Amino acid sequence: MEIFGIPIQAFLGQLLLGLVNGSFYAMLSLGLAVIFGLLGIVNFAHGALYMMGAYVAFIALDIFGINYWGALLLAPLVVGAIGVVIERTLLKHLYKIDPIYGLLLTFGLALIAEGVFRDQFGVSGQSYPVPELLQGATNLGFMVLPNYRAWVVLASLVVCLGTWFIIERTRLGAYLRAGTENPALVQAFGINVPVMVMLTYGAGAGLAALAGVLAAPIIQITPLMGSNLIIIVFAVVVIGGMGSILGSILTGLALGLIEGLTKVFYPEASSIVVFVIMAIVLMIRPAGLFGKEK
Amino acid sequence: MGTPSAFDISKRSRIAWGLGLAVLLAAPFIGLYPVFMMKALCYAIFACAFNLLLGYTGLLSFGHAAYLGAAAYATGWLVRSAGWSPELGVLAGTLLAGVLGLGVGLIAIRRQGIYFAMVTLAMAQMIYFVFLQAPFTGGEDGLQGVPRGKLFGIISLANDTVLYYVVLAVFVAVFLCIIRIVHSPYGQVLKAIRENEPRAISLGYDVDRYKLLAFVLSTTLAGLAGSMKTLVLGFATLSDAHWSLSGEVVLMTLLGGMGTFAGPVLGAFTIIGLQNFLADQVGAWINVIIGAIFVICVVAFRRGFIGELLAWQQRRQAKEDRK
Amino acid sequence: MKLKKVASICTAVATISAAVFTASAQAQISGDVIRIGLITDMSGLYADIDGPAGAEAIKMAIADMGGAIAGKKIEILVADHQNKADVAAAKAREWFDTQGVDLLIGGTSSGTNLAMSKVALEKKKVFISVGSATAALTNEQCSPYTVHWAYDTVALAKGTGNAVVKAGGKSWYFLAADYAFGAQLQNDTSNVVKAAGGTIVGSVKHPLAASDFSSFLLQAQSSKAQILGLANAGGDTINSIKAANEFGITKTMKLAGLLMFINDIHSLGLKATQGMYLTDSWYWNRDAETRAWSRKFFEKIKRMPSSVQAGDYSAALQYLYAVKATGTDDADKVLAQMRKTKINDIFAKGGFIREDGRMVHDMYLMQVKTPAESVEPWDYYKVVETFKGETAWTTKAESKCPTWK
Repeated sequence: MEIFGIPIQAFLGQLLLGLVNGSFYAMLSLGLAVIFGLLGIVNFAHGALYMMGAYVAFIALDIFGINYWGALLLAPLVVGAIGVVIERTLLKHLYKIDPIYGLLLTFGLALIAEGVFRDQFGVSGQSYPVPELLQGATNLGFMVLPNYRAWVVLASLVVCLGTWFIIERTRLGAYLRAGTENPALVQAFGINVPVMVMLTYGAGAGLAALAGVLAAPIIQITPLMGSNLIIIVFAVVVIGGMGSILGSILTGLALGLIEGLTKVFYPEASSIVVFVIMAIVLMIRPAGLFGKEK
Repeated sequence: MGTPSAFDISKRSRIAWGLGLAVLLAAPFIGLYPVFMMKALCYAIFACAFNLLLGYTGLLSFGHAAYLGAAAYATGWLVRSAGWSPELGVLAGTLLAGVLGLGVGLIAIRRQGIYFAMVTLAMAQMIYFVFLQAPFTGGEDGLQGVPRGKLFGIISLANDTVLYYVVLAVFVAVFLCIIRIVHSPYGQVLKAIRENEPRAISLGYDVDRYKLLAFVLSTTLAGLAGSMKTLVLGFATLSDAHWSLSGEVVLMTLLGGMGTFAGPVLGAFTIIGLQNFLADQVGAWINVIIGAIFVICVVAFRRGFIGELLAWQQRRQAKEDRK
Repeated sequence: MKLKKVASICTAVATISAAVFTASAQAQISGDVIRIGLITDMSGLYADIDGPAGAEAIKMAIADMGGAIAGKKIEILVADHQNKADVAAAKAREWFDTQGVDLLIGGTSSGTNLAMSKVALEKKKVFISVGSATAALTNEQCSPYTVHWAYDTVALAKGTGNAVVKAGGKSWYFLAADYAFGAQLQNDTSNVVKAAGGTIVGSVKHPLAASDFSSFLLQAQSSKAQILGLANAGGDTINSIKAANEFGITKTMKLAGLLMFINDIHSLGLKATQGMYLTDSWYWNRDAETRAWSRKFFEKIKRMPSSVQAGDYSAALQYLYAVKATGTDDADKVLAQMRKTKINDIFAKGGFIREDGRMVHDMYLMQVKTPAESVEPWDYYKVVETFKGETAWTTKAESKCPTWK
């Protein structure tokens, strides 16, 4: 059976893989959007935090024998704590000055993190086993889908929607949103804005780490896994519009699918299609698809 | 980004600049490895070009390596495979970088501040992937074996020392060109845009046109750096267009001093020197060191070497004036 | 104004400090020391195949020569090219210009070796490529200063390609690493397969050190070819094989690892690789002599040597023999000596260097043992066929080397 001249197996298979990639784009751009929306910092270190989450899972298994499910809990906590420390010691000095410094600082942090892990682990990558519960594959007829990848799509959807819900629909989210618009006023109401900001960065870091643990069994864990991804995530965020959390989730998923489609019909272009779309969107809607012009 | 602003060129300072120039002129004879010096000078050109955009116009282009890489590949291919003479190859590469800058600029100018930086980064990444795929670049292997040829058909550039002086001449020309641009009326408008864009708009300036022109100038000169580098080293590879180089040029400018003339040069020599000297000793830690310098610069050393120096001088001057 | 003076002094200071940085690189051009330089992948994808252990193998050769020749000390310099051609070329040039390196040994990665070969040609110094695969080094890019020591893509193609087609694998799909090596290996193997009566159904390129092979493997699977030819090496091969197992590709296609080293088998385990054919230039368990040398290596490195590491040892040793015989480290004289001398050491017996720079020696077609057949750790191969001397390599008729007619 063929679709546009391509066997349906190949088509749906690539689409499914695209959906998996899209889940990662969504999770990471969500974290980036949360941090930027609430802190005004473009967190270039997001890729490095994702990478650290994967390594925490690896080290936890390798040295402490903590399995995947434990790592899902542990990695976000550990990396989140690191995020809190970063915010308290370094980032808080930068809120009042030009946001490019935040970008540059987090860029520097990403380099440090990558360098340290490169020194320890080399560049060639570690593998992480798929947890027993999720091993094996389901034969869907048109392709063999490893169960683990189905789990990744599910888990990231739950996490993304959960985060969106917390920020847009709960009281805590309301405080967060208010806190960024007018910290002085919110502080006057008795809410501890600096602590809130600190925890927000930590939560963003934790989200990135969670994505890292989810990614660990699929790809080689290397120190560079974050930096390759972060630039695409930047493009996703620009396309989706920084102001909107739902925007980044939807854009991330959509772009993953589009990338998968491109791999079927025109594989050479698959690595640049995201950027081409970004250029087009910027020509038509400079604020991004869901963005609010600030 | 309030560094003390550019100074005028008085007669005494011309003598002072001569001091630095003297060292550079004497370099091959005082035991400095010419290939290293040439490489550092090319990256100094790159950093000065970048500084024009960041220090003097206030625009952070986070994907500037794309233009260096584009020119590097263009010159490499033209000189090696199309048999062009080196000066024409360099010219072509430089112009290509400018055209590329125009294209990216037209898209990126629509956004400001931090978005501008992200867009430039994303566009640069796209250009990187195009280079990865394009057959003429040689992909991962790079474009190798670029001959140095004969300048204007008569002066052979095969000798390291001869080429060194050619590179030095180009560097000095670029340096003077940037000084000229900064001091011109156009440069004053750029400064106004950097300091208060809304006010510049309200004064009636077509801010986007000015910014675009600065962007194109900057990318053109960055291309010149790339073209020269290809002649010096004999190859153009993906590293020339990689985002890590884009980050390094920011660091060179920041470390040396944004918005100063000597700053980027100092920063370039420092970073290239560090990489050359330390890379073998410390291996992967070189990235940690570079990252740490970034962090320290942003948190505590925003004005960079020259900027801090000038600020200190101004404080001393102010103290003396008060007496 | 005073400010500018200070500022320009700072620039001067910077340039002088750059001089200090390079002062260490500004070593005396030696006449008194024989320097061997190894530029290879020390920390990345191919680090196990050659890497730091390759440097150790060269040190073993230096030790076997007594550490010095006619009073001149022998030294080794090592650098990591990170699989980047520009880093390799720049390092090679710097070493020739400022460190007086006499012999440059090229480790893994074809792109870097092609670049280093060019630099050696320009500087007229001896370059022995041990770890790289591309046959272009002795064909289109042949040079009087380059010797290709251990193996190349033509030999791999002739070996494994023919064996797999003979065993029934007629239709092929290639998964190739997207750089000189992958393209060359795919090309050479395609020629062999077609000549043997097979067909090429299609191919796909993956980026070097790719992290996720799933989409490429899906494309391979939808081609319905019998054989998936892996035109990649090291970490990439390991990951492709793992992912192929994960996606059930191995149920419908057979995998042909066109370049595999003993480290890859060790990493994947015999269960995943048993029955696979591979062509290699050397095996530690080949005979008593290789076993003895390998055990010495094992004591230091705790791993059995790969063919590349043994090649490093052999290349360094033969070079040093030639230096001893001629009494000089002049590149032309030493190369002439090496070309006259038959190579008999733990690596090759009756080997010799041909005019195109190819070091001609026997190649082995081997098959990976089943877990049951393996009697000790690292006992992974059985030798199926030996390709003697010239039969393994590019023939004069096929050669594209412009200076070998």
